Amino acid sequence: MITVILRRILTMAATLLVISALVFIIIKLPPGDYLSNRIMELRATGDATSVAKAELLIQQYGLDRPVWQQYLMWIGVMPGSVGFSGLLQGDWGWSFEYDKPVADVVGDALWLTLLINLTAVVFVHLVAIPAAIYSATHRNTFGDAVVTLLGYVGLAVPGFLLALILLFYANRWFGLSIGGLYDSALTSQPWTWEKIRSLLGHLVVPTLVIGLGGTAAMIRRMRANLLDELAKPYTVTARAKGLPPLKALLKYPFRMSLNPFVADIGNLLPHLVSGSVLVSLVLSLPTVGPLLLEALRSQDQFMAGFILMFVASLTLVGMLISDLTLVWLDPRIRMGLR
Amino acid sequence: MSALLSIRDLAVAFRAEPKPFEALHGLSLDVKRGRTLALVGESGSGKSVTAQAILRILPPSAAITRGQILFRDGGSDVDIARLPSEGPAMRAIRGQRIAMIFQEPMTCLSPLHTIGDQIGEALRIHTGADRREADARTQEALARVGFPDPQRALRTYPFELSGGLRQRAMIAMALILKPALLVADEPTTALDVTTQAQILALLTRLQEETGMAILLITHDLGVVANVAHDVAVLYRGRLVESGPREAVMRAPGHAYLRALLHAVPRFDMAPGERLTPIRPAKAEIPPVQARAPLAGPILQVERVSKTFTLRSGRIWQKPRYVHAVSDVSLSLSAGQTLGLVGESGSGKTTVSKMIMRALAPDSGRILFDDGAGPRDVHALSGNALFAYRRTVQFVFQDPYASLDPRMTVRQILCEPMEIHGVPGAERKDRCRALMAMVGLEPNGLNRYPHAFSGGQRQRIGIARALAVQPRLLVLDEPVSALDVSVQAQILNLLKDLQAALGLSYLIVSHNLAVIDYMADTISVMCRGRIVEEAPRAALFRQPVHPYTQALLAAVPDPSLDHPLDFAAVASDRNDPTRWEAPYRLKPEEAGTMRAIEAGHRVRFGGAAEAVAA
Repeated sequence: MITVILRRILTMAATLLVISALVFIIIKLPPGDYLSNRIMELRATGDATSVAKAELLIQQYGLDRPVWQQYLMWIGVMPGSVGFSGLLQGDWGWSFEYDKPVADVVGDALWLTLLINLTAVVFVHLVAIPAAIYSATHRNTFGDAVVTLLGYVGLAVPGFLLALILLFYANRWFGLSIGGLYDSALTSQPWTWEKIRSLLGHLVVPTLVIGLGGTAAMIRRMRANLLDELAKPYTVTARAKGLPPLKALLKYPFRMSLNPFVADIGNLLPHLVSGSVLVSLVLSLPTVGPLLLEALRSQDQFMAGFILMFVASLTLVGMLISDLTLVWLDPRIRMGLR
Repeated sequence: MSALLSIRDLAVAFRAEPKPFEALHGLSLDVKRGRTLALVGESGSGKSVTAQAILRILPPSAAITRGQILFRDGGSDVDIARLPSEGPAMRAIRGQRIAMIFQEPMTCLSPLHTIGDQIGEALRIHTGADRREADARTQEALARVGFPDPQRALRTYPFELSGGLRQRAMIAMALILKPALLVADEPTTALDVTTQAQILALLTRLQEETGMAILLITHDLGVVANVAHDVAVLYRGRLVESGPREAVMRAPGHAYLRALLHAVPRFDMAPGERLTPIRPAKAEIPPVQARAPLAGPILQVERVSKTFTLRSGRIWQKPRYVHAVSDVSLSLSAGQTLGLVGESGSGKTTVSKMIMRALAPDSGRILFDDGAGPRDVHALSGNALFAYRRTVQFVFQDPYASLDPRMTVRQILCEPMEIHGVPGAERKDRCRALMAMVGLEPNGLNRYPHAFSGGQRQRIGIARALAVQPRLLVLDEPVSALDVSVQAQILNLLKDLQAALGLSYLIVSHNLAVIDYMADTISVMCRGRIVEEAPRAALFRQPVHPYTQALLAAVPDPSLDHPLDFAAVASDRNDPTRWEAPYRLKPEEAGTMRAIEAGHRVRFGGAAEAVAA
């Protein structure tokens, strides 16, 4: 087992290395990134101090060196102007657009993104699993039809549209401003009890909006999976043993139907970051999504590079978690490793 | 003594369009205490529905519409038909007083839970035992059903066990609470003959020990003759015959039971005797086509071996090897049938895959003669290989999984012809001819496989194999997934087609009676080696090798005069180190094949030179 985990971690490191190279190439590929634009602007003024500043920037970011050296400097295996300082050392670079270190710009947004989206994921599972179980065990009844209808509505309504509608009515009926993640007055204040309460209150609508599409999709898939498993002979065996229906359902077919969802964790985590960009924009949520969008648009290279690397690492971690969970859940996979 | 379970005028109906479909029409029967009642019938006769009604685990679309199921356990009578199916009274009976075992021991156990957990569960829910007590009792139950190491077995998962052990685990699960009635739904149908005999012996022994009653659902009259005390025959949801075994089996009164007795292959059939299908099929067998005779056999397998490597989880550990096929030689003459018999895991399917060129042998040759002289199949390439693919076709075991549900029958039949470049106009004619040949209506060509029954699907599979006019058919368990009532039809069809089209068959099966009915020469495989080969008439009449004898001894015979010797089948006969003297093989020893009469060859242990005279 430990061999397996070690082997996986080694593969993950290698994968990350390849991804970092790809990310760097993609960011460097199109001309006109933020930094070169800035340098051109400075040179165009012809002003001696500006030209000197441009030279300094070129020096500092090693733009006079070959691209592969810039890459090695960025990941931190080659000394730059201030020694080894790259991703490996925890230095995520400088955001030219905000004129601050990337770490400062991203800061809270990183864990707020995770918070919002994990809440949404929990919400999805809490709603979807019981609904799917009801739907599968009451197949082709009125209740099943209602769940199915609501599911399709949830699938069909785009998240940002629902966000706009909720934004409008919440304001009109309750006088609430639901934009942001806490009252605007608290933005720059330290984390106090009051701020956390405000955060929890503001979480409700984003959770609903982000989670709704996923809930609908999960009800459909879970229902289909469960219906397959309910027809399997071991379900009959469980009933023939005299197990109460709910217990028989949860212990056997439900557990069998979980596998595809566990296998999906790897896809779920990166989706948490990139999936809610539109909703975050509409609800003006301080998450990573809009930052990534902006960074890509203005070709703010270190900022974009860091966020992409972050998403990639989340994917790999997600895959590892889902594989380990599968090994733990399913003895057939566990035995296959021996 | 009154009966333990009395079914009176029981009717079960399924919701269906346009009107409900009644699966049981007023069934009445009694299961007596301490006795085994065999419920016999073909699929669709209502035997499984009866079992499900007794346990009240009918599918949601079915309901008991009238009648009683009286269960006399303890003091009072309970009418099971009147209890709410999920109520506490019914749940207390289910699993505790009436338990059930099923046909497929793999799919009936959850692969995610240990068998200890699944067996002990019944105990925990019915008696409130804690896990430690449940484990202890489970261990006892596992020991009683013959698990070699019950303590270890608690923590094993179903997929780590052989089919026989899985079925033993199912039996342990059903019997842990010492139920008054055991409902066994085709408990041995999915098992090898030797394993079947062991399971039947186990059920008989447990019945003697506990005094439980057994309701045994089966279509195998051999099983009935060996373990039942009473017999009830169901036909289309009605009881057509019932009574003590002797009376029913010796003088079957109803035409249906008589027909059933003649529809299954038996060892005492006269040479050339044909099976009589229950419902005659009308296939248009084409006129006999003469083929140019071959100089030698059409197929020769020469000393073929195949070893599989099991990947091990640790990098530094040596991989393990499984010798699936060791030094196997076979020879099939044109127009003849070669039968390959063995238990599951004996390597017979691997041999057939190597003949199909789906697997490459590690050593040895496979020679095929299409009229132009024998050629090594595994050296073929390009056009020669393409032509070989056409001349050798395969008929699969499972008629449900082997036909694409999204293709019409016409598409299924045309696909091989398209691949092998048969012109469009000819394809159309040939499709109709193929359908007639296998006894199906030509209007079925536009329908999808789900519109056909299992037997009809197997006909489609045979028609597909014949579409490109092959010379050799490899038949892998062609009837083992089919109902007993249609097996005879399919076997007769295959025989007729062989005679008319001059086909050669390689038939692979664990059913000795089917092999005996079909084959001209038979090879018996055990653990990747041929242990005995002989013409049909010799092999099953004078079996020499102890393994062949054990296989034959384990086949239950429908005649009451040849009961199974349960004591003899209990021992482990597929272990070469435990065969008696001239045949015994040391571990890793190959032994040698020697002819004991013309065409009859047997494997002897290497040290047995002197004895083998």
